Amino acid sequence: MKDSGEFAIQARGLTRRFGALVAVNEVDLDVPSGKIYGFLGPNGSGKSTTIRMLCGLLTPSSGQANVLGLDAGRDSEALKQRIGYMTQRFSLYEDLSVRENLQFIGEVYAIPRRKRRRRMDELLGRFNLKGRERQRAGTLSGGQKQRLALAAATMHRPHLLLLDEPTSAVDPSNRRDFWEALFELAEQGTTILVSTHYMDEAVRCHNLAILDRGVKVADGSPRSLGENIDTHVIEVRAPDADAAHLALHGVPEIVSLTRLGSKLRAQIPKRVPEPSAIVALALRRAGIAAEVDQVFPDIEDIFVAVTELREGQSEGQGAAGS
Amino acid sequence: MKSLVRIFAIMHKELLQLSRDRLTFGMIIGIPLIQLLLFGYAINTDVRNLSAAYVDEADSHLSRQLLADMSATQVVVLRQRLASAEELTQLLDSGAISVGIAIPDDFDRRVIARDRPALQLLVDGTDPIILGVAEQLASIPVRFDSQTELRERQRMIEVRNFYNPERRSAVNIVPSLVGVVLTMTMVLFTGVAIVRERERGNLELLINTPVRTVELMLGKIVPYIVIGLIQLVIILAVGRTIFSVPIMGSEWQVLIASLVFISANLSMGLLISTVAATQFQAMQMTFFFFLPSILLSGFMFPFEGMPEIAQGIAEVLPLTHFNRLIRGIILRGADVSMMMQELAALAIFTAVALTLAVLRFSKRLD
Repeated sequence: MKDSGEFAIQARGLTRRFGALVAVNEVDLDVPSGKIYGFLGPNGSGKSTTIRMLCGLLTPSSGQANVLGLDAGRDSEALKQRIGYMTQRFSLYEDLSVRENLQFIGEVYAIPRRKRRRRMDELLGRFNLKGRERQRAGTLSGGQKQRLALAAATMHRPHLLLLDEPTSAVDPSNRRDFWEALFELAEQGTTILVSTHYMDEAVRCHNLAILDRGVKVADGSPRSLGENIDTHVIEVRAPDADAAHLALHGVPEIVSLTRLGSKLRAQIPKRVPEPSAIVALALRRAGIAAEVDQVFPDIEDIFVAVTELREGQSEGQGAAGS
Repeated sequence: MKSLVRIFAIMHKELLQLSRDRLTFGMIIGIPLIQLLLFGYAINTDVRNLSAAYVDEADSHLSRQLLADMSATQVVVLRQRLASAEELTQLLDSGAISVGIAIPDDFDRRVIARDRPALQLLVDGTDPIILGVAEQLASIPVRFDSQTELRERQRMIEVRNFYNPERRSAVNIVPSLVGVVLTMTMVLFTGVAIVRERERGNLELLINTPVRTVELMLGKIVPYIVIGLIQLVIILAVGRTIFSVPIMGSEWQVLIASLVFISANLSMGLLISTVAATQFQAMQMTFFFFLPSILLSGFMFPFEGMPEIAQGIAEVLPLTHFNRLIRGIILRGADVSMMMQELAALAIFTAVALTLAVLRFSKRLD
């Protein structure tokens, strides 16, 4: 299956406008083959629109995308045989049974009867749907629906899977099972592009792009993203976290302060020397006992650094411009 | 080959969904049955037993003879004798009677002198059919020497009623009803077919599969052709057993004409489905198509009597052509080869509607 070169998806300057709204703005993507690639971003950040352009459902306003060696805009029909797409909303037929839905998908992809039967049994087993073959899809739970949708999307053994927020209606334990299934698929050589707004899911991806209001603000592996942000992260553990929060609130060097239970995480730009000392000093002045450590940024720190702090910047620029 | 497999996949899925949808399933059988019974029994263009009242101020031999003649036509039933013409007007206003007969006291003199109308018929003109009946009553001859002369005059023109000698309305209604029922159900079924998939979110999945637009359209049409034929059989079978409507022509030709007509309506439905954004809109558009079909196709009023513009619109509607075909084959025993242009019109309508539907449908979301 690993026949499509180094990158499953390469996009340059991908842009989509809806009237005056720019939903996706000049996005460049390089999605390596056989890996799980995540799109992280809040609702309305352009994740769905990008995915729809990549599978040829939406025509880009400008820019182009090369998917599995095909132009997503022009060769979308040829592409459809080779990709699997899972919509955000459950889009199989609720009035058909689990088996009937899979059978329909198999027929639509013109998989020969005997092969189709074997594949269906295999998928029912792998996605833990055995015993529910005759149940109507509409009566399945959220997690079961998503497993069925993933089974349907992989029915024709696609080289590339595009999953649009597949776990947004699924409880945590089912989410973990779902991700296990994704890793299994990736190990077999399928490239997976998955959008999410869950931080814990984003870290599981081999590579990650963070989208914010249609713009790709960062990409790379979770590790390299942490290394490349413009801030140091200082963790503060204090018995009286409230007081510590208050004390650090007015410190000019701290650009972001997040409270996590009895811990605080402060971000200080890298150009500022000795960030831990600044924090420790501010706490000592306020007479608060606390442990202060510089730590490696976690995904939330990264997300805050590349979205919220960027927001501050762009607002500043906007104000300067007007 | 793969194309056939995909068409079959869509058909299979449609039939499965249809078998789960009890309401639609009920409509397939319920609509033709109910319409047939309602229209078959209720529509009667050969009007009888209209309520009438009369004022006979003359009360002569001649006036009584006239009233007896009117009664004998069975068109009116003389329910009351009133004292004055004012009372007649009141009853007419209240809707208690449809026809009032006012005979003045100098009736005999007027008949002889023939200088003024001898009597008045007061008619509820809100119903055009009743008005037509009044004309019929007005043609009853009134003269003292009526017996001999009238017979001779009537023979001058003889009306021979072809194809429906007993003047039974059901004979006219049942064949036309095939077209009406098929227009209603076929357009509606496919009209909601694609919109429903869009509303339920299935379409985004469907357009991301290799299914081609034409395959999707054909896969959605074919199951309903079968359903249309089932309805055809129901109507003709019930028409034959309950209303004794014979099929003079060949059953094969009925089938061919119906097949083309069903395809025309299904294509129209698909076109609606590609235009409408919601199922509700699709239903409204179906109705917008259905009403002129019923009114202009010759089902309600004779085609020849309509103004030219209306005739022009009617020529575009499939039901107009189908009415001519089905009445011809079933009632006159005509051969389809004599009506090829009607069949061609239906085929052209199908081709145009289907092409437009395929062109309008996009496998993209933008």
